[in-house]
Amino acid sequence: MTLYTSTVITPRKPSRAWAKFGENIAYALGLPILLLIIWGLWSSISPALFFPSPLVIFEAFVDTWVGPAFFIDVLPSLGRLAIGAILAIALGIAAGTLIGLVRWLRELLEPVLEFFRAVPPPVLIPIIAVLVGANDVMKIVVIIAGAVWPVLLNTIEGVRATDSVMTETASSFALTRGERLRYLVLPAASPRIMAGVRQCLSIALILMVISEMFFSSSGLGFKIVYFQRNYLIAEMWSGIVLLGLIGVLLAAIFGFVERRVLRWYHGIKEVERA
Amino acid sequence: MVIVDAPATAAPAARRSSRRALRKFALGVAGILGFLVTWQLLPTLGIVDPTYFPTATETLAQLAVEMRDVEFWRNVGRTLTAWGIGLLIATVLAVVLGTVIGLVPFLRRATHTTVEFLRPIPSVALIPLAILMYGYQLQAALLIIVFASFWQVFIQVLYGVADVDSVARDTARSFGLTRGSRIVNLVFPTALPYLMTGLRLAATVALILAITAEMFIGNPGLGRAIMFARDAGQWTTVYALVIVTGVLGLLINLVFRAIERRSLSWHQSVRGEEVL
Repeated sequence: MTLYTSTVITPRKPSRAWAKFGENIAYALGLPILLLIIWGLWSSISPALFFPSPLVIFEAFVDTWVGPAFFIDVLPSLGRLAIGAILAIALGIAAGTLIGLVRWLRELLEPVLEFFRAVPPPVLIPIIAVLVGANDVMKIVVIIAGAVWPVLLNTIEGVRATDSVMTETASSFALTRGERLRYLVLPAASPRIMAGVRQCLSIALILMVISEMFFSSSGLGFKIVYFQRNYLIAEMWSGIVLLGLIGVLLAAIFGFVERRVLRWYHGIKEVERA
Repeated sequence: MVIVDAPATAAPAARRSSRRALRKFALGVAGILGFLVTWQLLPTLGIVDPTYFPTATETLAQLAVEMRDVEFWRNVGRTLTAWGIGLLIATVLAVVLGTVIGLVPFLRRATHTTVEFLRPIPSVALIPLAILMYGYQLQAALLIIVFASFWQVFIQVLYGVADVDSVARDTARSFGLTRGSRIVNLVFPTALPYLMTGLRLAATVALILAITAEMFIGNPGLGRAIMFARDAGQWTTVYALVIVTGVLGLLINLVFRAIERRSLSWHQSVRGEEVL
């Protein structure tokens, strides 16, 4: 049986697959290319001072960021971002699990934590800058202090909302505290935690940029403001593009991790939807 | 609702739940008091420098002084104006574009990569551009606010519009509903919960960016007042204003949660919560 069908189908299949692939590429790249062409034409027809053509920005991008500047300004920024974000996530999940599991602690702390979450994170920068001093530690503390709240509060919420049937099942199977944490509480809370991590990452990126822009003499944010103050417009745009790329990269990493961690969850959702 | 007899167990259950609410309230107040006492003790005992970390009583006293000042309320007004205008522009743009793009599969596919590239760009990266284009004016702040809050609403509307139940859609088609009435009676109710979530997130983000813009672009408002106080070394004022921004954030969150509840009172997610 397999012989018959395979001989009949094979001649048509690859061409259709290629057509499909081509179509996907066209959909994926069509609009960006179109927009870039429009931008390029626009800037050559009516040159605006603050909107150089994409080609000029691309040249500036290569000149500015490819080379030693990448190691002097970009890598340290990314390192601080990574350390800050990872510490914020770890701290948020650890404290959130504890607070979520202990009822009186949760009720005691919830109003205070809600308030801290509501404080716009950038206002913390001047305060932390004067308490810690304008150095690398300050930038990491700023990222942690601003980005920990969404993870913390979402973890509390997720841990609290663990299905009661499952909790009872776990206790009647005499799971130890550690096992219960590992196999029940954290997986049950993980969709919420991941939603918090997503917010945490975007806040962390914002704080990294701002703290460098205004309280630093190196780093990506500092460079962009430096270019702007010296009217190096194309270089400034290249910095914005680089920040955009970092944002996309972060989103991609997050998407990859989320799909792995929440594979079971998305599976359940799909079954429900079907 | 009125006709249904309350079951016999309802009264003790209600009493238990009211006692639980009381306990929660008391613990919450205790938590706030504990926080204030800790804050008071840290500088008093000299654990942190009292010059840069004033006590809670000093800060609250300063807050009371600020609140008698007209300029303070003007700054609150300016911040909320920038926030409101930015949120409004972003919401209108996002709803219109989100509905159109969400309803047309071709557009949804064609814009996917562009959206996925533009959305993660941190809006603060645009601060230098905003300063170049508009200087210290409100428009500079609006550029940042709109860019940041637009995506929150847009993505939600995009998902919401696409989430229409296929059975409901086919039913509407076979009943011969026109395109306009399908949008009003089918797409809109489906997308509304998504829109409300997006709106609540956007309101918070817009406030963050409004204050960030005032701090670092320099258009007048609470954020600039914080930076002025910092430059003048008035640290109690800085802390008092930071508290004000937190209270504003809290109020905005509460108001939008209430709006969400009210406008979705018919929806399963809200009705379900009330039962529990």
